[in-house]
Amino acid sequence: MSTSGPREEYGKLLEEAREKVKSGEGRARVLVGTATCGVSAGALKIKEDFINEIQSKGLDADVVEVGCMGHCYAEPLAVIAKPGFPPVCYGYLDDGLVHRLVEDFLAGDDPSYEYALAALERNDVFPTFEDFPRGVYEEKLILENCGYIDAYDLDSYIARDGYGALAKALSGEPRAVLEEVKAANLRGRGGAGFPAGIKWEASLNGGDSEKYVICNADEGDPGAFMDRSILESDPHLVIEGMILCAYAIGAEKGYLYIRAEYPRAVGHVQQAIDRAREKGLLGTSILGTDFNFDLEIFQGSGAFVCGEATALVSSMEGKMGMPESRPPRLASHGLRGKPTILNNVKTFAYVPFIINRGADWFKGIGTEESPGTAVFSLVGKVNSTGLVEVPMGTTLRQLIFEVGDGLRDGKEFKAVQIGGPSGGCLPESALDVPIDFDSLHEAGAIMGSGGLVVMDENDCMVAVARYFLEFTQHESCGKCTFCRLGTKHMLDILNDICRGEGDPETLNLLKELAEDVRDGSLCNLGRTAPNPVLTTLKYFMDEYKAHIEEGCCPARVCRDLILFYIEPPRCSKLCNVCVGSCPTEAIFTRDDGLKEIDQEKCVKCNNCLKACPPEYNAVIKLSPPVLPPEKEKKAK
Amino acid sequence: MSEYVKIVIDGTEVKARRGEKLLWAALENDIYIPHLCAIREEARPNASCRLCFVEVEGTQDPVPSCTRTVEDGMVVKTRSPRVDRLVKTGFELLLSDHDLKCRQCPANRNCALQTIAKKRGLKLKQKRFKPVARNYEIDDSPEEFAFNRNRCVLCGQCVFADRRENETGVIGFAGRGINRVVTTFQDLPLAESICRKCKVCVDVCPVGALYYKKSPE
Ligand SMILES: Cc1cc2nc3c(=O)[nH]c(=O)nc-3n(C[C@H](O)[C@H](O)[C@H](O)COP(=O)(O)O)c2cc1C
Repeated sequence: MSTSGPREEYGKLLEEAREKVKSGEGRARVLVGTATCGVSAGALKIKEDFINEIQSKGLDADVVEVGCMGHCYAEPLAVIAKPGFPPVCYGYLDDGLVHRLVEDFLAGDDPSYEYALAALERNDVFPTFEDFPRGVYEEKLILENCGYIDAYDLDSYIARDGYGALAKALSGEPRAVLEEVKAANLRGRGGAGFPAGIKWEASLNGGDSEKYVICNADEGDPGAFMDRSILESDPHLVIEGMILCAYAIGAEKGYLYIRAEYPRAVGHVQQAIDRAREKGLLGTSILGTDFNFDLEIFQGSGAFVCGEATALVSSMEGKMGMPESRPPRLASHGLRGKPTILNNVKTFAYVPFIINRGADWFKGIGTEESPGTAVFSLVGKVNSTGLVEVPMGTTLRQLIFEVGDGLRDGKEFKAVQIGGPSGGCLPESALDVPIDFDSLHEAGAIMGSGGLVVMDENDCMVAVARYFLEFTQHESCGKCTFCRLGTKHMLDILNDICRGEGDPETLNLLKELAEDVRDGSLCNLGRTAPNPVLTTLKYFMDEYKAHIEEGCCPARVCRDLILFYIEPPRCSKLCNVCVGSCPTEAIFTRDDGLKEIDQEKCVKCNNCLKACPPEYNAVIKLSPPVLPPEKEKKAK
Repeated sequence: MSEYVKIVIDGTEVKARRGEKLLWAALENDIYIPHLCAIREEARPNASCRLCFVEVEGTQDPVPSCTRTVEDGMVVKTRSPRVDRLVKTGFELLLSDHDLKCRQCPANRNCALQTIAKKRGLKLKQKRFKPVARNYEIDDSPEEFAFNRNRCVLCGQCVFADRRENETGVIGFAGRGINRVVTTFQDLPLAESICRKCKVCVDVCPVGALYYKKSPE
């Protein structure tokens, strides 16, 4: 053994990093959230604005890009950390507000709390995010650094003890890492919840010396963006987790399979790999030991099915991204025939915590069978959309009404879609289901990769099922009979129902077919594609029946079953707004000066309904699409 | 260890080579299980036609017998209400986009779909699903044979035979989902492709999608 072990090597890095971070602490810093969520809300422009304002005032302050803090509803976001003040987070930024903050807070000493969302440290003046109702329920582990550290700067990760778990692991046996992960009962966060430790152990059995570690960052579910945010905000956490896995199983090569539609994630991860390599955390002789491991990014082309383990590996081998029958499993027969460990981004992200703090600590969070936290992208009709992390076992009700702050515009909750296209729609009666792998499965949904879409009274559950089926049918690779043709016929039937066509037999057929596609398909794309249909049939049968028996879409969504109607008593002679809003000139002014819609010309675009001023609210949707009787009388 | 294992299929004890897949063990013992895509020489089963379901005692759900390796003492049922239901649906799904003009088909009376229907008492018509029209043009560019993709069940037998015979495969799968087809590189007519007219693909087609223009004597 050389005199300088991994801990000593790491100690040097840690000292350097702490010093560097400390040297910046005397200065004011502006942290702008520039993960994809921030960027799409204009964060790059906000960053420029800060830089320009700061320069024009000749101030001494750094502007730093950080990732996503999870408060996506309030993007663009920035944190201002000024010595002498608690760091404060501001949301809904625009150029005016940036000007004001620079002038009042950076140049002056007024933190402008009236514009602040929260402080980031406890203080006597202003509440922190933990004081939010959601703070009670949230417990941030793998999101802890997200939005707080400079995603481009390895030192800011190390300064928060980053790569400490690696140094600890490297000073012990690989087996110890494996045993810790096994004891922690860390379950895969990519959907199925398979215990990671058991998978890792299986890769040891083949006796093959060449092995691979792959991180699944394909994240193809509509509405899901947790993995992207983590990679953009804290890439080293995932990298450290992968190195730990490689050490445990004896792999020398690893890949991050990231979809090409995530250019920022790809960029962040690539520079993180480069920085880690420069500091001897990747490559040969990691932290001075004889352990070698390197990472490469493989960009996936965005087929949903390529997130499936065997299809992902096929696509990396240059073949069509199509699933294969299992066994053999990847752990014994994976990439290029070698033992391969594939885990989700989040699964890897937990590993450094488990190594640092121990399996018992990890098992103290969450439930017995599903220890740890769950990360969701909470979207849809809730007030506070964003990225949330709660302990397993939190109920859906707490997540939606406390963390998500309830439904928008006081609307009534109807359903929550959980688990993406492979998941299910659960009704109000299922809201007290605790969030863990097994309870959700029992309720007919799945944890999935963590997309959670909240729906209200204006969402039609038949149309929702149709939407997801359209997605899976489109993403079916076509290899096996049930998925290729079964999803096609399910979609056809749903399309019919959305048009009000069908009879009770149609619903039986849909259910039977859905069950057979579930039981008969080759891979989990087909096997789970029926979930949105089966759960909506189970919990929202009334809506299906209304469509086919009464030609009525109760949520007034399905176009063929609605018409737009201007209620004469509410319409005003003095207003012409709807007429101008109509793209097909379907709205005309009647002899009495009120407006009316020519149903022949109407394309149901919804413009008039939106345009009609709130004081009248005269445009309504009717389903079934029949005009009220007095209207008919008059027309004669 | 003996080279053989004993398993029970439908109440009859049979011998099967160790390591063999259930499907082949059954067929070798004259026990019929419907199948289209299975290829014995392939190391990894295709498992794509989803017709060879059986029940294995101790396994909760029906499994495709092409994917399950025999084990000593295994107890297997080739028929059960769940197996029959899956096979029926799978078969009807395949019929739903198959060109069902049997009388005009050169494979008539020598067609794997007809065999399945006969052995399992299924109809060669189905009413549950709306027919999916594929409307592919027939490729009759080769002199002796032609390819009608509207009859193709995507079993992959032709692709496998072609790969075995020709160093560079001539045909392969292309397209995704409902648009999955067997075709040549760049979708060229066979006569314009690198096809050497060896016809191994025609010989293995179970449903008359690849067929001789004149039936061989
Ligand atoms: C159609 C389909 C898409 C999938 N997409 C993803 C994905 O985007 N990310 C992911 O981690 N797992 C995905 N999975 C699950 C993977 O097959 C695999 O179970 C997972 O990556 C294993 O990692 P884990 O044990 O850490 O969850 C998908 C599965 C299917 C069937």
